[in-house]
Amino acid sequence: MATPLGQIFHVYNRLGFGINYADAKLLSEKSLNEIINGLIVTSTVATYLTEIKKEDIPDKKDVIMDGMHKKELQHLINEKMKLLNSSWIKKLLETKNVLLEKQTLFWHNHFACRERNPYLMQELNNIHRKFAFSNFRDLLINVSKSAVMLKFLNNQQNKKEHPNENFARELMELFTLGRGNYTEVDVKESARAFTGWGFNRETMEFEFHEKQHDTGEKNIFNRKGNFGGEDVINMILSNKQTAYFITRKMYKYYVNESINEDHIKELAEFYYQNQYNTGALLKKLFSSAWFFSPENIGCNIKAPVEFLIGLSRQFNIKYSDHNVLFKIQNVLGQTLFYPPNVAGWPGGKAFIDSSTLIFRMKLPSALLNNGELEIDEKIDNPDDINKEEITGNKKFETTVNWNNIILSHQKLEFDALLKVFLCRMPEQNVIDKIKSDTALEKKEMILKIISLPEYSLI
Amino acid sequence: MNRRNFILNSSLASGYFLIPGFLKPLERLLPNASQKKLVVIQLSGGNDWLNTIVPYKNDLYFKSRPKIGLGEDMILPLEKDLALNRSLIKLKDVYDSGEMAVINNVGYPNPDRSHFRSMDIWHSASASNEYIYTGWLGRFLDNECKNSYEAVEVDKYLSLALKGQKLNGLAINNINQLYKEVKTPFFNDLVSVAKNNSLNEDNQGYLYKTLINTTSSTEYLFEKNKLISNKTDYPNNEFGKQLKNIATFIGADSATKVYYISLSGFDTHAGQQPRQNKLLVDYADGVSTFIKNLKELNKWDDTLIFTFSEFGRRVEENASAGTDHGTAGNVLLFGKNLKKKGIINELPDLSNLDDGDLKFSVDFRSIYKNILQSWLQANADKIIPAAVKDFGVV
Repeated sequence: MATPLGQIFHVYNRLGFGINYADAKLLSEKSLNEIINGLIVTSTVATYLTEIKKEDIPDKKDVIMDGMHKKELQHLINEKMKLLNSSWIKKLLETKNVLLEKQTLFWHNHFACRERNPYLMQELNNIHRKFAFSNFRDLLINVSKSAVMLKFLNNQQNKKEHPNENFARELMELFTLGRGNYTEVDVKESARAFTGWGFNRETMEFEFHEKQHDTGEKNIFNRKGNFGGEDVINMILSNKQTAYFITRKMYKYYVNESINEDHIKELAEFYYQNQYNTGALLKKLFSSAWFFSPENIGCNIKAPVEFLIGLSRQFNIKYSDHNVLFKIQNVLGQTLFYPPNVAGWPGGKAFIDSSTLIFRMKLPSALLNNGELEIDEKIDNPDDINKEEITGNKKFETTVNWNNIILSHQKLEFDALLKVFLCRMPEQNVIDKIKSDTALEKKEMILKIISLPEYSLI
Repeated sequence: MNRRNFILNSSLASGYFLIPGFLKPLERLLPNASQKKLVVIQLSGGNDWLNTIVPYKNDLYFKSRPKIGLGEDMILPLEKDLALNRSLIKLKDVYDSGEMAVINNVGYPNPDRSHFRSMDIWHSASASNEYIYTGWLGRFLDNECKNSYEAVEVDKYLSLALKGQKLNGLAINNINQLYKEVKTPFFNDLVSVAKNNSLNEDNQGYLYKTLINTTSSTEYLFEKNKLISNKTDYPNNEFGKQLKNIATFIGADSATKVYYISLSGFDTHAGQQPRQNKLLVDYADGVSTFIKNLKELNKWDDTLIFTFSEFGRRVEENASAGTDHGTAGNVLLFGKNLKKKGIINELPDLSNLDDGDLKFSVDFRSIYKNILQSWLQANADKIIPAAVKDFGVV
């Protein structure tokens, strides 16, 4: 049973990072189910980020004793952070496990963490990948016990005598229940339950510091008991609001930024009944008829990483220098491993303002014309505490095989090309205006189409 | 309606400022001809105000903060038993010359200790139990302005504060770069045909609206910016550069009424002192240079600087020589002709806390109202519906 190209584009836009015309045509022989299942099956095997080794990151104290200048250490960390960033970007550009990476990106944003320790950041990213489709509880526990999250949300300093509420608050507000579903008392008392959750500074593994744990009675969600951290997590998960909160966020990511409450109810109840099995939830979501209804196609704004990776994969762009990809992410407003804060990137329209929109409309022709793109020589380090500046080279090279691209699109006229590259059509007078230049070569046609604002829609 | 009015009105509806010929006459016709400028500086992350404006004669301050309390050598006494953190030394002269106002105990009822929510509340000027998706300056744009460039955020992203229902402010990091990017035939083509269509409420419409506003406002600001060359040296950091950009626009008589920038990194849960002091030095060096620059440009009389943070921090320090999220804090105002100057109101009461946090006595929205009404000459009640009084400092 043949599948229309439009549906294939939609599936690959949402479950992956787009698809080019030639590959989509090959797939169109298959049924829609086969195509979706193919993506799910391919994504069951994970390969991890391994670029950064634990011993690459010296302990601050050792460094100072060794006489290495503090600035050198900062420089080293900056370089390793960039290396980490580019190792994930490389994976995103090349992987066949697109759905796995898409879901990892979802968790990267959901459990947003920003620390200047590239090894620990890498390990958190691997947790997101390893438990991407598993039970949400396993993911949550592993994230909560990861050194980098304990560090980021100050739980290493959460001690019996002086509870630190940061982790307990963000756990409820941003990771599970969402605002309005807990009280200030719940936050304060839960913070006590998480006292003693820390990590070993040598092994960088989770460690329960028994002496720092508050063993007294706590009053959480109107229940009294000598609760520990895992008890709190279990109570949070037994509250259906958590299923609703996660489902809503996933719906916005995969389906539509505008929520349909009927769909949410259907999905959230299913998620809750299936013990938060994320893989099962996604299967249900992708097999829903409404996933393909017109209001859910071309309605969302591509996140910068989706935009950049999608463009690069669609045209098989090769980069001579991955530094340029780091800068592009920065200018577009989403640098992997540098979320703005623990709430992650706000997404949707928030990614679009004067500068980022213009940059999006310039980027395709720059990258596909071997790099004539002006990026400031100095782009600030995204880390806002240490404002060391990254100075970089303006020149960069990209390689694109235009002969192949033109060959594979040669039978397509302007209107057909629009449907290949855009999932939302521009107004007719916009189309007419661009078409009115009759001397357009195929290459120019394609470049103009992907420079339109609609190329930012997914 | 005579013919001329008809032309003016219809061109307004279709983005008139794309047509340079209409631009200048219309500007003169706009009702709000005030030359007053507001510069908002946001300290992101929750500034520890108690270590910024220090109650240095209060024993409870030192009792609550044995590790991070600021001793005599780290402060500059002002009056009424309050002192500046010494890192703010560059602002001492400004204070002494009566061009600075310190408002204590600013907050709102039922304070929220989450960065995001509390920032939303400050940006939208909502109560803590209501959700408003426009910002206070965005509503100023909606009600009092015609163009995006009338509120400019010097940053990569536009904050909620500058998002209105009909009109958004403009996020501009570098005007020259932006101008080069928008002046191309392709962009001109798109803008010329797209202005009357596609402009629905969905994401597609949003993209085109952004494009049209960006093109026209960029042209406007670029032309203004060309008029002067600002040679003043600012501190060599992002904050300094942003302030310099603002001073240049102001010096060039841009019709921008509101400028917005942020300085971030104030979320000092651990090892607070060196981190916060460094940030306060950046703040004071930047602001004092900016004021000096505006004086040279003869614009200081028309400029008001407003500084806030989403919350203050807990009175008691934590075990890691830091402070956790708190509630009420200070607002700082700088300007030539403030109605009230110096320390405006009562000191923070460290003996009467609400669960370890300061109680607020001044609703931040009463300061917004004051600025909107008296400085920007706007209809403040329409923009800030909350039943709060005009604070009367400006």
